[in-house]
Amino acid sequence: MTYDVPVAPGESGDIETTTNSGGDVWPMWEVFVRARRGISHVHIGSLHASDPEAALQNARDVYTRRGEGVSVWVVRSADVHSFEPEDAVDYIDANEKVYRLATTYEIPDEVGQM
Amino acid sequence: MTPEERFDAVVAAEDKIEPTDWMPEGYRKTLIRQIAQHAHSEIIGMQPEGNWITRAPTLHRKAILMAKVQDEAGHGLYLYAAAETLGVKRDQLQELLHQGKHKYSSIFNYPTLSWSDMGAIGWLVDGAAITNQVMLTRCSYGPYARAMVRICKEESFHQRQGYELLIRLCQGTPEQKAMAQDSLNRWWWPALMMFGPPDSESTHTEQSMTWKIKRVTNDDLRQQFVDMTVPQAEYLGLEIPDPELTWNEGRGHYDFGPIDWEEFWAVVKGNGPMNRERIEHKLKAWEDGAWVREAAAAHAIKKTARSAA
Ligand SMILES: [Fe+2]
Ligand SMILES: [Fe+2]
Ligand SMILES: [Fe+2]
Repeated sequence: MTYDVPVAPGESGDIETTTNSGGDVWPMWEVFVRARRGISHVHIGSLHASDPEAALQNARDVYTRRGEGVSVWVVRSADVHSFEPEDAVDYIDANEKVYRLATTYEIPDEVGQM
Repeated sequence: MTPEERFDAVVAAEDKIEPTDWMPEGYRKTLIRQIAQHAHSEIIGMQPEGNWITRAPTLHRKAILMAKVQDEAGHGLYLYAAAETLGVKRDQLQELLHQGKHKYSSIFNYPTLSWSDMGAIGWLVDGAAITNQVMLTRCSYGPYARAMVRICKEESFHQRQGYELLIRLCQGTPEQKAMAQDSLNRWWWPALMMFGPPDSESTHTEQSMTWKIKRVTNDDLRQQFVDMTVPQAEYLGLEIPDPELTWNEGRGHYDFGPIDWEEFWAVVKGNGPMNRERIEHKLKAWEDGAWVREAAAAHAIKKTARSAA
């Protein structure tokens, strides 16, 4: 199916984009699920809910209907902090410090597995 | 490297673009439009099947149908969330849908007239959706591609339950088999139209392919779907309503007859059999549910105030 439905009369082209988190009646939450014991929670998606309890219930209903997980975390999206994209690039450039990598050291074969 | 060069390099390397990355305005707009339409399709798509939940012939079939419709609501949720990463609000998109300013897939503007339509929809409509959505798992925009991976897993259940429902009907009484044939007759051509206008007439395809939002053209996806579906119809012992349908040895594909694009455009423009009812029903559900949304929000505020005190 193409969801790229052709432009039809009366269709609105532009939508105003916004970066602030207001607007919706219910805030947005990020959902993390632990797939099974012994491994970390992994981000699985997002949803809207009025409060933490509702967010947890919705997360369970939406993201774990087929045994996807044994534990669920929800975090208000507004409480997730990250680098600005520009700073993130500098961060990636840290890879220049190759002496931090174990594979850049040559160890003679006679020494055996190290 | 300029942000634009970086964007081009990421796309060229088959890497994913993520929400905070710089992206061309056209890329953002195309994605918002497409993801919103996709989300609206999942939500409106609950109606044709919801229509049969209370009339399912057994408790087992009723449970399956409810599970499928619930999945579609979830698909809408994943997709609205993906659209929101591009800087729009879900409520904003809902409003555009309610005002008729946003479209959804035209397939959902056809009525579900018989129980066997539940089989035909799973087999053909979800089948066509899978063909498209498998392609979209390779889309260059990360949140959209990730939503597709989850959706495809669930769509497989949708298609298989529909096909199995039809197997049962086709192995049943002559009346049951005739009902299945009637469903195929009504859903076949609209299902082929789901892939959109022919490549010669589809305006956005080229740009979308360069941006790797779309990976395969409408006509190629349609051909894939036909090739996959014909043997499945043969197994059911049903006849595809196309006298021109033949295997083309040279091409290694099935040739099929012309699609009625006039019908397609009529439905897109709002004149399909169910366009009005679908939006009216959606609007009613939205308005009837307003008190729940407001009450939950008020409850949350009260609770926060109480715990602060
Ligand atoms: Fe779906
Ligand atoms: Fe879908
Ligand atoms: Fe589906």
